[in-house]
Amino acid sequence: MTSRLEEMAAAGGSPAGAAAIGPLPVEVHDLTVAYGTQPVLWDVDLTLPEGHLIAVVGPNGAGKSTLLKAIVGLVRPITGWVKVYGEPYERRRSWVGYTPQRESVDWDFPTSALDVVTMGLYGRVGWFRRPSRRHREMALACLEKLGIRDLAGRQISQLSGGQQQRVFLARALAQEARLYLMDEPFAGVDATTEKAVLSLLQDLRREGKTVVAVHHDLQTVAEYFDHVVLLNLRLVAAGPVATTFTPENIHRAYGGRPTGLSQAAEALLSRRPPGGGP
Amino acid sequence: MGISYTLENVLLGSSLLGVVAGVVGCFALLRRQSLLGDALAHAALPGVCLAFLLAGSKESLYLLAGAMATGIAGALFVLLVVRWTRVKEDAAIGIVLSVFFAVGIVLLTRIQRLPGGNQSGLDRYLFGQAATIVEEDLMVMAILGGAVLLVVALVYKELKLLCFDRAFGASLGFSMRGLEVLLTCLLVAVVVVGLQTVGVILMVAALITPAAAARQWTDRLGAMVLLAGVLGGASGAIGTILSATAPKLPPGPTIVLVSSAVLVASLLFAPRRGMLWAWLEERALRSRIRRENLLKDLYRVGERERAWDRFVPRPALMGLRGQGALEIERSAGHLVAAGLAERSGDALRLTAAGLAEAAQVVRKHRLWELYLARRLELPTDHVHRDAEAMEHALSEEAVDGIEELLGFPKEDPHGRLIPARRRP
Repeated sequence: MTSRLEEMAAAGGSPAGAAAIGPLPVEVHDLTVAYGTQPVLWDVDLTLPEGHLIAVVGPNGAGKSTLLKAIVGLVRPITGWVKVYGEPYERRRSWVGYTPQRESVDWDFPTSALDVVTMGLYGRVGWFRRPSRRHREMALACLEKLGIRDLAGRQISQLSGGQQQRVFLARALAQEARLYLMDEPFAGVDATTEKAVLSLLQDLRREGKTVVAVHHDLQTVAEYFDHVVLLNLRLVAAGPVATTFTPENIHRAYGGRPTGLSQAAEALLSRRPPGGGP
Repeated sequence: MGISYTLENVLLGSSLLGVVAGVVGCFALLRRQSLLGDALAHAALPGVCLAFLLAGSKESLYLLAGAMATGIAGALFVLLVVRWTRVKEDAAIGIVLSVFFAVGIVLLTRIQRLPGGNQSGLDRYLFGQAATIVEEDLMVMAILGGAVLLVVALVYKELKLLCFDRAFGASLGFSMRGLEVLLTCLLVAVVVVGLQTVGVILMVAALITPAAAARQWTDRLGAMVLLAGVLGGASGAIGTILSATAPKLPPGPTIVLVSSAVLVASLLFAPRRGMLWAWLEERALRSRIRRENLLKDLYRVGERERAWDRFVPRPALMGLRGQGALEIERSAGHLVAAGLAERSGDALRLTAAGLAEAAQVVRKHRLWELYLARRLELPTDHVHRDAEAMEHALSEEAVDGIEELLGFPKEDPHGRLIPARRRP
């Protein structure tokens, strides 16, 4: 626990310094979540610093998506609490943009790319009111940023997987949040989209935003992100990539589960010099 | 003018139901809750009977209130069963449907054995008996239906969010649970509106068929909702008129048959999503593949003989891929009509335009073979079959890109010349 605070201090200023610039984007305390009797997250304590690209990694069923859902109040914890910028999520909704997994929705739904992006503004539009022309223009600008403005009128089932992912990210962008929570923004996308997503994340960091993304590809964690949260039911480690994304921690997160992912971890480990670690 | 007065009531009643059910049905369909609508409709029957027993009157206001009460009870029951037992939603819906309906039938049978019960006419709620609609009924239906449409218009955006991306909607702070309850209440209200026209058993058809038909014609939710309302309303009106003009045609089932006919027509003939469209597209693709193959075969025969101006007899072409004479003749007809080939008896040769076109097909084939062999290091005797499929799918830009990637090669893996880019 102490070591994590120290790591945090090393990367993003001391906790005292963080308090001076305002509360942290995410504080998770004693969080336990279960679906039925099956625990998904167990006693997780975690703080995430402002202004970083943060990867959440771990094997399948490690509770990565559930962590994001718990932050935005989509699952009710058995114990513990989550604060977003020092307040319960309900009071900070407008500061947060949440992007579920692409597979979680029906892409044959009768709607257009522009319409989906406009949904990102519904929170601002509020109950009962219709989005105005100004809202649609904002949505168009977000599509433009993802390089797919020409697809605005396209029915969403006629988009490729990568284009669908970009529509989802444009919708997140439309929320103009400070904290973005993205569930697998790189999953199943083509190389062009991967580049577009990465440059979007980097733009967001440049603007001082915080991005927390569930990520599956261990090979690219160090290249794309500067912070990492290793999860496997419990929190394994969290902190700057340089000090936290170590072979030991990866092994602790993936070890003991004979999955393709743990093999990937093994492959990664074998590439490091003997003795491992930075 | 008693008949036309009744017909007018019936017409208004069934078109009203058609519109309201079509509109609400869209959301039920997109949320995959068609069966919930069915269960709620069946659950309305015991309510009608209980209301008759308690109030001792067949005043439709009481009966509809009873229907609404047990309809909502049925919905709650589904929620509770899913929440507190290990029974899944589809099973819970099946249970509610059959249990509530069974209770309804038991009560209905008892009521009909009561003195004067025969005249209660409650059995008309099973299949609907629109001819019994009086003005007060119409008033209740209009108020309820109007309220339903008003609510849908008010929370249209929120319902769209619920149906498309529930988790995202919840993260924005819209109460998704509240919207689910609201949508269920709307379904119950539709059931009540339709009790007297189509009855509880066929209600699900009024909800789902116009929505499913409308989905075929449009890719926009707004247009789908409007169209479902129009199709539902029109089916209601046409079904009523048919049953009024033909003898012994019950209105409720006739309305359902009309809207089903609309659905079948939509599934068959709608552009892009319709079966006919898909079949035509597939046929066009297959015909194009056959034409391109024939072009390529003519090119390769000419290449072998170092002359493209000789006529190739049909038996020689048939030998190349084991095609029948008829098949070749069909493709040849297309090529000749397009000015890409010319005939002499049953023999065929490429025109200048045909040669240029054939060279492009061959070019795609050979560059793709080379790409597979070089980049993926597939053995050269394995690449031909893949290239056979890809040459029909690759665009010219993609092929130019591959050519550049490979460093503008001259020959394919089998040592044959790769035709040059099409000159602009």
